[in-house]
Amino acid sequence: MSDIQMNTAPAHRRHGSNIGQPLTRRDGVAKVTGAAPYAADRHPDGMLHAVMAVSTISHGRVVELDTDAASAHPGVVAVMTSENRPPLAVDPDEKTNPFAFRLDALQNDGVRYAGQPIAVVIAETIEAANEGVSLLNPCYAPEHPRVALDQDDAFVPPVVGPGMPAEAGIGDVDKGMADAVRRIEAVYETPPQYHNAMEPHSIVATWDGDRLNVDTPTQGLALSQGRIAELFGIAPENIHIRSPFLGGGFGSKGLLSGPIALGILAAKMVERPVKLVVRRDQMFGPLSHRGATRQTLRLGVDGEGRLTAVSHHTLATTSVHDDFVEPSSNVSQTIYASPAIATSHEAVRLHIGTPGFMRAPGEASGSIALESAIDEAAYACGMDPLAFRLANYAEVEPISGKPFSSKALRECYAQAARKFGWADRPLEPHSMRDADGMLVGWGMGTALFPAMMFEGHARALIRDDGTGAVEIGAHDMGQGAWTALAQIAADSLALDLDSTDFRSGSSDLPDAGIAGGSGHTATAGMAIHKAGEDAIAKLAALALADQASPLYGAGNAGVEARDGHLFVSGDEGRSESYADILRRAGKQQVEGNGTSAANPDAQEQYSLNAHGAVFAEVKVDPDFGQVRVSRMVGAFAAGRIINPRMVESQLFGGMIWGLSFALHEQAVTDRRTGRIMNADLAEYHVPVNADVPPMECLLVPEEDAHVNALGIKGVGEIGITGSAGAIANAVWHATGARIRNFPISMDAISGARER
Amino acid sequence: MKRFDYVRPANIADAIEAGSAPGAAYLGAGTNLIDLMKGDVVRPDRIVDITRLPQLDAIEALPDGDFRVGALVRNADLAYHPDFAAKFPLVAEALLSGASAQLRNAATIGGNLLQRTRCRYFYDPASACNKRESGAGCDAIEGENRTHAILGWSKECTATHPSDLCVALAALDAVVEVEGASGRRDVPLVDLHRLPGDTPDRETDLAPGDLIVAIRLPAQSAGFARHARYLKIRERTSYAFAMVSAGAALEIENGAIRRARIALGAVAAKPWRAVAAEAALEGATPDTAAFERAADIALSDARASGDNAFKIDLARRVIVRALLRAAAGTPNRMPALPGSAFAPTAGELDHV
Repeated sequence: MSDIQMNTAPAHRRHGSNIGQPLTRRDGVAKVTGAAPYAADRHPDGMLHAVMAVSTISHGRVVELDTDAASAHPGVVAVMTSENRPPLAVDPDEKTNPFAFRLDALQNDGVRYAGQPIAVVIAETIEAANEGVSLLNPCYAPEHPRVALDQDDAFVPPVVGPGMPAEAGIGDVDKGMADAVRRIEAVYETPPQYHNAMEPHSIVATWDGDRLNVDTPTQGLALSQGRIAELFGIAPENIHIRSPFLGGGFGSKGLLSGPIALGILAAKMVERPVKLVVRRDQMFGPLSHRGATRQTLRLGVDGEGRLTAVSHHTLATTSVHDDFVEPSSNVSQTIYASPAIATSHEAVRLHIGTPGFMRAPGEASGSIALESAIDEAAYACGMDPLAFRLANYAEVEPISGKPFSSKALRECYAQAARKFGWADRPLEPHSMRDADGMLVGWGMGTALFPAMMFEGHARALIRDDGTGAVEIGAHDMGQGAWTALAQIAADSLALDLDSTDFRSGSSDLPDAGIAGGSGHTATAGMAIHKAGEDAIAKLAALALADQASPLYGAGNAGVEARDGHLFVSGDEGRSESYADILRRAGKQQVEGNGTSAANPDAQEQYSLNAHGAVFAEVKVDPDFGQVRVSRMVGAFAAGRIINPRMVESQLFGGMIWGLSFALHEQAVTDRRTGRIMNADLAEYHVPVNADVPPMECLLVPEEDAHVNALGIKGVGEIGITGSAGAIANAVWHATGARIRNFPISMDAISGARER
Repeated sequence: MKRFDYVRPANIADAIEAGSAPGAAYLGAGTNLIDLMKGDVVRPDRIVDITRLPQLDAIEALPDGDFRVGALVRNADLAYHPDFAAKFPLVAEALLSGASAQLRNAATIGGNLLQRTRCRYFYDPASACNKRESGAGCDAIEGENRTHAILGWSKECTATHPSDLCVALAALDAVVEVEGASGRRDVPLVDLHRLPGDTPDRETDLAPGDLIVAIRLPAQSAGFARHARYLKIRERTSYAFAMVSAGAALEIENGAIRRARIALGAVAAKPWRAVAAEAALEGATPDTAAFERAADIALSDARASGDNAFKIDLARRVIVRALLRAAAGTPNRMPALPGSAFAPTAGELDHV
């Protein structure tokens, strides 16, 4: 992506290694000046606008659409329905692989959830397309929908989340419960939450014969390319996707969605470039969401405050037509030590869009339930919640018995507790007030997220002018990949950042794997690291074989790369610049390639996770039950930190989402129709600035020799875990009201306080 | 978006003529209207852009001590007008508790009076709504209605009026200047909005073409400046509509309440003035017991219209707190979180 201009401000002069430097975003100036192109900013010549019509029923059939009225509206070019849309090579309902979610791409007249696309109007202007949609005036044959957890028989799904077993365990939970001195049983409910990144899903599609150019934000360039190729029956190499910037992904832009396929179909139908931007209210349906859960936690505790049994059961929603079950119970497999653990899941099929990956899928919803239950158990034992967690500290992963590859959680607890002032916390709830008479409460939660890696590839070049280039189809969702991966790229070639041309965000570059599972920096970073290593090795081979080089014959000693030079190891006097080596060899460049993947040996031997601890203070109005978070302190240990500024920002973002989870966010579903009634950002509440307190984020140093050669664990999702529970626990500590339905509402607090 | 005619009249007379046609809608800042048009909730045939009409954007002190505020004055400009805010701090606090800074910079005072309900079923064209279409039915009655009305509702409609400004204006006896085909007339703010009855589609007493040109705050309402507070309870700290709000204003003389004003927001289809509760406070000592009695009177006719019984007790508590805050005195500076339960109470108070 040579058209992306990066900062070259002095802030990027490095001192020593690039890795570890808190560089500002290299794409920052481009973003604040509007020069950074997002997909919907593209406007090729002759482009038309497409707008989806979506269903207002959640179960039934579309019987009639007034396509004549829509087509007759000035400016409307075409109306695409299930009756006339161009053919696809593969049925969008076919499950071609476990990650090929069924799409709604006008394959028939059926409706299986509210907000499902039922037609697309294509017009010269967005206004004309919108009015065309209004004029379609659909008639339905509605059937009774199932839209709530209680409205279907539960079943045990074959897998949960991205392919984990639905049930797992160790030891005898019944015996553990029988042996317990104290038992906690509680049911927690989490609501459906819908993806609402600032940038909605969007596409500009341009066909050129059987070649296709696509601008769309994606967290998985190669996966999207493959899925489009499969659906449209064209070769992947005939598809070029540009995705230099995403205005947030959070899991919703990893796998190709129906609306993106519809944009490509629309362009095919009208044989002109087409832009389709999902409207905000249309985000609440075909673009995956965090499914609702009802979680039952049973904990047994012995006389010393040690867990004797943990049982975590989740009832979660999935759609009538596909499977994604929020794997909430699995958080209980790793965090706290217990001789007996049972995790299980059931699902119900509802007329909803298929749930999917949403920042910490399973970990976030499971964490708020588990951390609440742990807090309830601590209080039942008369123990400080931190002391209780330390008493149940897992020295090895409880369910597998594997050691942790590294686990600086004790340091996280200690540092965050000290910073927060936790030692002064009274054990009893409802015992602190501020000068204004507000109830004050302190709560905490443990954060954990697995350290994952996928397969990724990168290419590195060293050129005869002494500069380097690194190419990888990586994804910057706002987390700072343009900066952090460039730092790794420069180090991989032992060059300055300014001497390293970093190219990314395009499908014609090497496949970087999916930007998900908090694994992108590790995956792309390791591919880059190895590509750089390979390029250096090839350069070294040139020099070592060249009698004119000062490095000639140093093969046994080896060489080191530093500052654009190769040195003979242990002999600083023998060195040569990259440029000199290449020029004398008559080569313009050497190319190195690198592939990364999770290390199966490490996975076999160790439990690989990032850890953290979050402490929160809330204030609650005693009369109204209105809550405001007043302080949050998090400490996280996530292996090697490539760019602490970016990492802190990601962790803050996660902590704020935790706040949102505990207090604000929920889709309100009409119980009769299944329509989501708060499908806009005025009513679908996320925290605004006034809700976000002063926050601190401590990065606890941690070296991990097992996760990967760079020691990177990932920080994208862990911030939301622990945080939501910390706030829920703080609300209890302030009020004495244990609210188990999330988000915590003012009427729930007031009602509980009166009982 | 539906095609519409766009008219930009040069003067008020032309505006009224253009606005009298069936299907016409006046456009101020459009902070509500444009959203409604984009969502297909309202589909006007003609937009009459009044934003360039002359002489509607002044804030003036009249010779008799009244304040007159033109309909096109921006919310933020009124809230930060030093003379106005000093005399009517309740209005300023209510304004600053609403929307966001960006919206307050754009939204007009006249438009604020005529903003539509936030009932989710009104905003959803696929739902039945008697407000949108007379006789269509009401899907809110059996639907998601925990934020809905507890006073003055009917079985045809339980929607609430969302304005913060109107609550303060109702409390302070504001008058709305309306110009129409038959000339100019004054309408007391409390009479502008109608309760739903069996015609929830008729939201105000305005006739087609009627144009709000100004509001007036009477001089005697400035007598509450020392003891006037707005309190807005909501589900996030800012940028959310009220669950319940209250404006409270007191005139206290020799330790006794001489005059009291109480109005509630987000409880009915109109800003809800609690006249009987005000009367009960006259002559009383400003203390919690008196305020609780007044709150009970204010809510004596309240009843749940759905899953919102909690709002009745919430409204009682909001009245009591608003009155306590008013009795404690108007802060000499606008609190950091205007109208919020979390507005700091510590610090200097004005005049006391």
